[in-house]
Amino acid sequence: MSDTLLKTIFGRLGWESFPVHEPILLGTFFVVVLLGLAVVGATTYFRLWRYLWKEWFTSVDHKKIGIMYIILAIIMLLRGFADALMMRAQQAIAFGANEGYLNAHHYDQIFTAHGTIMIFFVAIPLVVGIVNFVMPLQIGARDVAFPFLNNLSFWLTVAGAILTMVSLFVGEFARTGWLSYAPLAGIAYSPDTGVDYYLWSLQIAGVGTTLSAINMVATVIKMRAPGMTMMKLPVFTWTALCSNVLAIAIFPALTAAFFLLMLDRYVGTNFFTNDLGGAPMMYWNMVWIWGHPEVYVLVLPAFGIYSEITSTFSGKRLFGYSSMVYATVVITILAYLVWLHHFFTMGAGPGVNSFFGIATMVISIPTGAKIFNWLFTMYRGNIRFELPMMWVVAFMLTFVVGGMTGVLLAIPPADFVLHNSLFLVAHFHNTIIGGVVFGLFAAMVYWFPKAFGFKLDPFWGKVAFWGWVVGYWIAWTPIYVVGLMGTVRRVHHFDDPSFQPYFVIAAFGAVIILVGILGFVMSIVMGFVRREQLRDVTGDPWDGRTLEWSTSSPPPPYNFAFTPVVHDLDAWYDMKARGYERPMSGFRPIHMPKNTGAGVILAGLSLTLGFGMVWYMWWLAALSFVGLLVVAVGHTFNLHRDYFIPADKVAATEGARPRLLGMGA
Amino acid sequence: MTDRALDPREAAITWHHAEEDAHDHGGSATVLGFWIYLMSDALIFASLFAMYGVVSTAYAGGPVPREIFDLPLVALNTALLLASSITFGQAIPHIEEGRVGPTRFWLAVTGLLGAAFVGVELYEFSHLIAEGAGPQRSAFLSAFFTLVATHGAHVTVGLIWIATMLVQLGQHGLTGEMKRRLVCLSMFWHFLDIIWIGVFTFVYLYGVIR
Amino acid sequence: MKRASGLLLAALSLLLGGCDMVTMNPTGDIALQQRNLILFSVGVMLLIIVPVMVLTVLFAYRYRWSNPHKIYDPTFDHSTKLELVIWSCPLLIIIALSAVTWTSTHLLDPFRPLDRIAPGKPVTADMKPLNVQAVALDWKWLFIYPDLGIATVNELALPVDTPVRFAITSSDQFNTFYAPTLAGMIYAMPTMRSELNAVLNKPGESWGYSGNYTGRGYSDMRFKLRGFESADFDRWTAEVRASGANLDQGKLIELVKPSEKAPVMKFAAAEPGLFDRVLNRCVEPGQPCMVDVMRHDMQRGGGDPNDPHMGSGMPPGREAEPLTGDKPKPALEKAPEEKGVGPNVTAPAHGH
Repeated sequence: MSDTLLKTIFGRLGWESFPVHEPILLGTFFVVVLLGLAVVGATTYFRLWRYLWKEWFTSVDHKKIGIMYIILAIIMLLRGFADALMMRAQQAIAFGANEGYLNAHHYDQIFTAHGTIMIFFVAIPLVVGIVNFVMPLQIGARDVAFPFLNNLSFWLTVAGAILTMVSLFVGEFARTGWLSYAPLAGIAYSPDTGVDYYLWSLQIAGVGTTLSAINMVATVIKMRAPGMTMMKLPVFTWTALCSNVLAIAIFPALTAAFFLLMLDRYVGTNFFTNDLGGAPMMYWNMVWIWGHPEVYVLVLPAFGIYSEITSTFSGKRLFGYSSMVYATVVITILAYLVWLHHFFTMGAGPGVNSFFGIATMVISIPTGAKIFNWLFTMYRGNIRFELPMMWVVAFMLTFVVGGMTGVLLAIPPADFVLHNSLFLVAHFHNTIIGGVVFGLFAAMVYWFPKAFGFKLDPFWGKVAFWGWVVGYWIAWTPIYVVGLMGTVRRVHHFDDPSFQPYFVIAAFGAVIILVGILGFVMSIVMGFVRREQLRDVTGDPWDGRTLEWSTSSPPPPYNFAFTPVVHDLDAWYDMKARGYERPMSGFRPIHMPKNTGAGVILAGLSLTLGFGMVWYMWWLAALSFVGLLVVAVGHTFNLHRDYFIPADKVAATEGARPRLLGMGA
Repeated sequence: MTDRALDPREAAITWHHAEEDAHDHGGSATVLGFWIYLMSDALIFASLFAMYGVVSTAYAGGPVPREIFDLPLVALNTALLLASSITFGQAIPHIEEGRVGPTRFWLAVTGLLGAAFVGVELYEFSHLIAEGAGPQRSAFLSAFFTLVATHGAHVTVGLIWIATMLVQLGQHGLTGEMKRRLVCLSMFWHFLDIIWIGVFTFVYLYGVIR
Repeated sequence: MKRASGLLLAALSLLLGGCDMVTMNPTGDIALQQRNLILFSVGVMLLIIVPVMVLTVLFAYRYRWSNPHKIYDPTFDHSTKLELVIWSCPLLIIIALSAVTWTSTHLLDPFRPLDRIAPGKPVTADMKPLNVQAVALDWKWLFIYPDLGIATVNELALPVDTPVRFAITSSDQFNTFYAPTLAGMIYAMPTMRSELNAVLNKPGESWGYSGNYTGRGYSDMRFKLRGFESADFDRWTAEVRASGANLDQGKLIELVKPSEKAPVMKFAAAEPGLFDRVLNRCVEPGQPCMVDVMRHDMQRGGGDPNDPHMGSGMPPGREAEPLTGDKPKPALEKAPEEKGVGPNVTAPAHGH
C-alpha cells in the first residue's frame, strides 16, 4: 500500500507510535492487559454482561451513576498515584551525575498526567459521584431532574478518561504541565499527539461535567421535597448547589480556552502563538478563571461533607447553620475574583496585584468562620470517633496549615519568592489532600453503608486513615522545606545533593500514602467479605440527621415510597424526634425514568471522534461526528422514556424491610 | 388540636408525607435546565468576545476591519436573522393553541431565513479567505472568524433542530413534550439573536468606526 | 511536655540545619525584605492558626463519647456573640495582612526603582544603577550588560551594593527569572519586557533558575549568580572582555536554537540592540520587528483610509499574501504525506 493511502487511513499512527522500547510502559501494558482479560473473563464466566448492561451501564438511577463515578475515580486514583510514586522515586535519586531512571521525555509526561488525572478524573468524578448519590436522597427526590443527561455525563467523563489512558500505550501524553500553558502547548513547540490527547480528553469530559452541573442545579431548585425551603436544605446540598453553580460558570471559560488552542493546532489560527498578534497570556487568564474557582468546586462539597459528619457524630445540630450557608455563598462569589494570583509574577502592576491578593485573603474569612463553626459543633457535643469523624479532625488539623500557606502565597511580594517553587506545590497538595481528599474519603466511609447496606471494614479503614494522614505529613513537609531552599517545580534532576534527604523522606511518605490507598481498597474487600457482620438493616447506621437515612440501605430504585414533607432542618432527626413510623400501606404506583443505552453510544462516538482527531484520521473523526449527530437527533424521536412501578411491587419492596429488620434484631 | 380524630399513626403519615407525587418530571425543570445551559453557552461567547477584545487590533500587518467588512452584506444578514426571530414569534400563539399546521409553516419560514443567514455568512467567509484574509493571517482575523463561525455553528444546530421539530410535529402533533421542546428551541433561537446583535455591534460596527 | 517539645525542636533544627534555606537566608536586600514579610505574615497568622489547632484537639478530646465528665448540650447550635467573634477574628487578621499587602506590593514592585540598597542605606544620586538585560532562551540564560558592552550565557555576575536594573524577555517560552538569593521571580515572556530592580549585598556564589516549565531542557536551565566586590567585578569584566568571542546577530541566531545543558559562555563584545531584536521577534534577518508592525497597525487602524501611502513597506492589507513563512502547518492542512508519525520518543521538538 502506498504511503499516502496508509497515512490517509491511519493518519500519523504508525509502528513507531507504540512504546515497545520503553520497558516501564511495556510492563504496565502487560499488567493492564492481564487484569483486563481477567475482568472480561470473569464477567463472561459469571454471565454478568447482560446484568451490567441492563442494570448499570444504561441505568439512569442517580445512585448507580454516582457509584459508577466513584468506581471510575478510584481506578483513576490508582493510575494517578502510580504517577506520583514514579515522580517521587525519580526526584529521590536524580542528583548530580545520576539522572534517575526516567528520561525527561517520560518524566514530563508523568507529571502532566498526574495533575490532569488527579483533578479531572479523580477529584471531579469523586465529587460528582458523591453529590449524585447523596444530594437527591437528601432533598427527598426520586431522581435528578434529567436522568438520561446524568447517564450521558457519566459516560462522557469515562470517554475522556479512556482517551487519556490510551495515550499511555498509543503515542504519548502531553509534556506541558497539567494546564498545558501556551505557547508551549502550541503546535510550534508541541507538535506531537500529547497535547491533542490532553485537549480532546478534557474537552469530552468537560462537556460531561458541565451537563452534570446543570442537572444538579436544576435538581436542587426544582425537585426538593415539599416544605424544604432553601434555608432548610442540608448543608451538603447547599455546598453541592454552590459548587455546581460555580462549575457552570467556570467550565465555559476552560472549554473556550481549549477550543481556541485546538483551533491554533488544527486550523492554524493565532490566538496563543507568539507571532502574528497572538496573546498567549490570554490562555493563562482563561484557564485560571476556570482553575481557581475549580478548587472551590471541589472543596465546597467537601466542606458540606465535614458539616454533615461533624453534626451527626457530635449528636448536635450544626453550629451556625445560616452563617455556614452565607459563608458558602460568599466563597462562591469571591472565587471569581482571585484568578490572577496564579501569575502575580507576570508583572501586572502593584495595584492589580494587591487587589487580587487581598481578594484572595478575604476568602479565608468565610473559610475561617466555617472552621470555627465545626469547632463549636464539636463543643458541648457527644463525639463518637468513628472513622468519618476521625477524617474530619485530621482535616481540620491539616487544612489550616494549607490555608495559612495559601494566604501567605496571596501576598504578592511573598509570592514572588515562592511562586512556582515546591513550596507552592506543597501548599496546593496540602489543601487538596487535606481539604478535598480527606473529605471524600470521609464521605465514602460515611455513605458507603447507605449505598451497599454494610459498613466498610473498620480495621482496614483505620489503616487507610493513618496511612493517608501520616503519609501526607511525611511526604509533604520536606517538600515545603525544599521549596524554601529555592527549588522550583517540575524539575527532572537536581545538581545540589543537599536536597536529596528531603526527597528521600518525601518518597517514603508517598509509600505510606500507598499503604493508605491499599488499606482503603482492602476495607472495601474485607467489608464485602464480612458484610454479614457489618450489615446495616436499619437504613440509619450512624444515627443520621438528614433524609437519606430515612430510607432503606441500599435505597429502593424509587428512593422514597412516599415523598417526605420537611418541617425542620435536619429533617430525619426531626421525624425521629416526633416518633415517625414507616407506613406499611397505601402505596401508589411510582413514575420512574427508563434506562437507555444512548448515553453509552454517544460517549463511545465521542471517544472515536477524539481518537480520530488526535491521530489525524479525518475519516474516522468525520464518521464519528456524523454518528453523534444521528444518534443525538435519533434519541429525541424516542418518547417512551418512563414507566410506572406498580403499587404492589412497591408494597413488596417496602414490606421486605421490617422482615430484614427482624432478622437483624 | 381540633383535627378530626385521626389515629396518631395516620397523623404522623400526613405530617411526614406528601399526599401526592409532588415531583415535577417534566416541563418547568427542563425549561430551567435549558435556560442554565444557555447561560453557560453565553459564557463561552463571553470568553470568545473577551479574546476578540484582546486581539482586536493585532492585525500583524494584515488587513484591518475597515478594509474587509462589507457592512451592507452584514446588515442584510442581521436583517435575515432578526426577521427569523419575528417569524418564530409568529409561531408562538399557534403553539400555545395547538395548531400544528401554522406552527410548522412559521417554523419552516424561520428555518429558511436561518439557512439564508448561514449561506450569506459562508459566502462572506469564502470571499475573505480567497482574498488572503483568512483566520491564519492575524490574531484579529482568527478571533473574528472564530467568534462569527461559532455563532454560525450554533445557528446551524438550530436549523437541524428546526428540521427535527418539523418532522416530529408531523408525527406527534403539539403534545406537551413537543410544546416544551418548542419553548426551548425558541429560547435558543432568540438567544442566538442576542449574541448576533453583540457581534454586529462590537465586531462589525465598532470595527469599522474605530 | 516541655522536654518533648525541646527534643522536637532539637530534631527539627538538626534536620533543617543541614540545609540552606536560601529564601530564608538571602543575600539581596529585596529578597531580605520579602523574607521578612513572609516571617511577619506567618507570625500574624499563627495567632489564629495555633488556637484553632489547640481547640480542635481540646474539643475532640474533651467532648469524646467516653468522657462522662462533660457537658452535652445538643441544642447549642447558635450564639450571636460567638458568631460575631468567629467572623471578626479572621477579619481582623485579614485587615492587618491586607494593609501590609497593599504597602509591600507597592514598595516591592519589581518595576519600581530601588530607594535603598540595604536597611539604612538609601540610594544616592551618584549611585549609577547597573543595567542587565536577561534573555531566556531554550534552555539557557543570556545576560547582556549594555553599559559594559559584554554578554554572558548561564553566568550572572553582579557587583555588591550596586542597584541593578534588569530588563527581562524571552525568545519563545514563558520562563521565570528566579534568583532566590537576590530577589523574587518575574516572568520572562516573548514579546514582553519585564523589569526587576534588585541589589546584592554580599559577595558569594549561588544559583538562579527558570521557575516555569518550558520543555525538555528545562531542568538544566540554571545560571550561576556570582556576587563580587567592586574591584573583583572589574577583574571579572576584564576577564570577559579578554575572552575574544563576540555576540552579534549571527551568534544570537545560533544561541536562540534550542540546546540543553549549555556551558557558561562569555562574550567580549555584544552588538547593541540584540535585546530588542529578541523582544520584537526579529532575530532572523528579514523578519519584521513586532514594534514596527504594531506601530504600522495602529496607524492603519486609526488612520485615514484614503491615504495611498498607508502601510507602505508593509504587506498591503486587503490583498495581503498570507504570512505563513516559518509557521508550522496546522493539522488540518497537512497532506497525508506530511502527517508524520506520532512517535513515542520525540525527536527535538523544533528546529528554527
